[in-house]
Amino acid sequence: MAMVLNEEAGMLKDAAKGFLTGSAPVSQLRKLRDEKNEDGFDRKTWSAMAEMGWTSVLVPEDFGGVEMGYVAAGVIAEEMGRTLTASPYLSTAIMGATAFSRFGTDAQKSEWLPRIAAGDAITAIAVDESGKHAPSKVATTAERSGNGFKLNGRKTFVAEGHVADMLIVSARTAGSETEAEGITLFLVPRDAAGVSVERSDMVDSRNSARVTLDNVEVTADAVLGEVDGGLKTLEGVLDAGRAGLSAEMSGSAQQCLETTASYLKERKQFGAIIGTFQALQHRAAHLYSEVELGKSVVLKALQTLDAAPDHAAILVCAAKAKMGQVAQLATQEALQMHGGIGMTDEYDVGFFMKRVRVAEALYGDANFQADKFARMRNY
Amino acid sequence: MADLEAFRQETREWLEANCPEEMRKPMQSEADAVWGGKKFKFSEPQKLWLDRMAEKGWTVPEWPTEYGGGGLSKAEAKILREEMQRIKARVPLQSFGIWMLGPALLKYGTHEQKLEHLPPIARGEIRWAQGYSEPNAGSDLAALMTKCEDKGDHYIVNGQKIWTSYADKADWIFVLVRTDFQASKHNGISFILVDMDQPGVTTKPIKLISGASPFCETFFDDARAEKHNLVGELNRGWDVAKYLLTHEREMIGGMGSGGMRPMGDIAVQQVGLNETGQLADPFLRADVARAEIDGMAFMFTMERVADEAKAGQGTGANSSVLKYYGTEFNKRRLELLMDSSGSDGLEWGGEDDVARGWLRSKGNSIEGGTSEVQLNIIAKRILQLPSA
Repeated sequence: MAMVLNEEAGMLKDAAKGFLTGSAPVSQLRKLRDEKNEDGFDRKTWSAMAEMGWTSVLVPEDFGGVEMGYVAAGVIAEEMGRTLTASPYLSTAIMGATAFSRFGTDAQKSEWLPRIAAGDAITAIAVDESGKHAPSKVATTAERSGNGFKLNGRKTFVAEGHVADMLIVSARTAGSETEAEGITLFLVPRDAAGVSVERSDMVDSRNSARVTLDNVEVTADAVLGEVDGGLKTLEGVLDAGRAGLSAEMSGSAQQCLETTASYLKERKQFGAIIGTFQALQHRAAHLYSEVELGKSVVLKALQTLDAAPDHAAILVCAAKAKMGQVAQLATQEALQMHGGIGMTDEYDVGFFMKRVRVAEALYGDANFQADKFARMRNY
Repeated sequence: MADLEAFRQETREWLEANCPEEMRKPMQSEADAVWGGKKFKFSEPQKLWLDRMAEKGWTVPEWPTEYGGGGLSKAEAKILREEMQRIKARVPLQSFGIWMLGPALLKYGTHEQKLEHLPPIARGEIRWAQGYSEPNAGSDLAALMTKCEDKGDHYIVNGQKIWTSYADKADWIFVLVRTDFQASKHNGISFILVDMDQPGVTTKPIKLISGASPFCETFFDDARAEKHNLVGELNRGWDVAKYLLTHEREMIGGMGSGGMRPMGDIAVQQVGLNETGQLADPFLRADVARAEIDGMAFMFTMERVADEAKAGQGTGANSSVLKYYGTEFNKRRLELLMDSSGSDGLEWGGEDDVARGWLRSKGNSIEGGTSEVQLNIIAKRILQLPSA
């Protein structure tokens, strides 16, 4: 497959850019933060996204979607990374849709995919239990109880947790705390008895929550994928999210690079435009090269998720490891080259730095990905 | 598409029938590469393979057939490459003529120049050297001073070139010369082809820290060049030089990516795994993993840049990104191989030593325009940052 966007994806990119820069720019996130918005995202913007078909980009046509695939989903995420638009797009349109369309039963698909496509339901993935991402480290338990299960445990760093209708929760049905086998995924309504969700105040002003499960009863129908074999399903869902985050970070990195290059062409010091200084030219040119490499591996990962999802894992790993580091370099370089003004809250650079830090950590930072990459390469 | 499938089938059958067994074995070292030229010592299978491929025009598959090429479309050439890889066929011929002079002549040469020079390149009969850098014109290439005087029916060239790759093994040389000393430095340069088989041209190999001598000094003392061998317009040689440099950069940047044994595999062989199945040196493991990820990202970038160029979306300056990143990456790769190899890598043995490759790689970010020059180009041509 040629590593260029086809016409359809190119048009989607232009449309997404137009909508987001016009209706949901960085100033929207700033406003949500400043007015301590309870939802943490703008519901009108979210409805508009659903109307444009963004929430159905990974939903099959049989369930009311447009199923354009991961490259298209990544194109939207990338543009959102340029404007830092806050929304449940990643947790729902990418991860929720992937969870149900790839791993759901017919009944689960029929119930959830049309609602996701319509923008009527929000899903959240509850996986981590401590500060560092570790999907196989699961202390949350699911004991058999009657025809179903009873869940107990605590989850953290649950993106969109407090606004979700449905939580997808990993819990242990067998094995010891760090074993890969014995994990099962459950669909747990946020308003189920025994579920308490506490929103976390995050550095990027985006949604994250702690979830406590206290004797939460679910039926056997609530199992997503196989009992005890949930890690494979979870990894499939997480990989979609990781690829989406990589695309988002790609957008943020490109935006930081472009904003910085513009600033270098305007700002004067020592009687000269600072962009004439070779020290700064080389920093910017090095960053450009890194961003180009990051873009390539992200596109390859997204294309592989579309063409051969079973072979995408190592590429997603490489994409998130690379783009995570590149995007952090981009925000750091952007701040340094902006000088003092970059340190001010009034300027947007800080928003990018904060969001990229969170996106980089979510579902495994660069170190996590590099370690996993090495294990997949047998060393 | 049906045509392409038919082409694939024919190509597959032809390669099966015509590629000698010896030419399907991996090259043991750089010494197995076929460069061609009058001085080259071919093995019998090498010569047979080259002649058969040249007969089809497949040493330069995309060049026009009238100039010794195969006249293949990009899609057909891709199929040929894939089918060659399928049977692990070696490249029949590699040369600066194919990589550098050929593309420049196809763009800037006259029909007569193409007819005279391209077919011997395609057949591996003439080996070309590149006469660009001078002792006082390295990164600042346009400061070159090799003098070329008009003597009526011919030119006379005087001066010295340096870092001329394999000049001692070459038959002809393409040279950047100064034809106007009054004009501004970029506007007095011409691009000329010189036969090295004359007393006025001498070469002297330069021994490098790696112990090898891939580069020479080349001296021109009243060397003669024919009028019809001036490529492009008089005093407009810089245009040709720049065009050709983009090809050189892509070539150097691409080194160290394709067909190499993965770093992780070498590290495992040298260092071993611990009881949990991880590379026994945890810091090396982290470095190797990051480098392999960057290597993948670089490989995909080469692929993307090529696909964008095909789709008419690329920017020519991206060759500077490939050159910059590819050469810096190759240095990093060789450092990690040295880290993996320990004292084994420090032995001064045969030509395939890790140590020799490691030392040789240090030149990658200098030759063909230093990393710093590439960063200047990216800053100016892509980011459009202003000049001082």
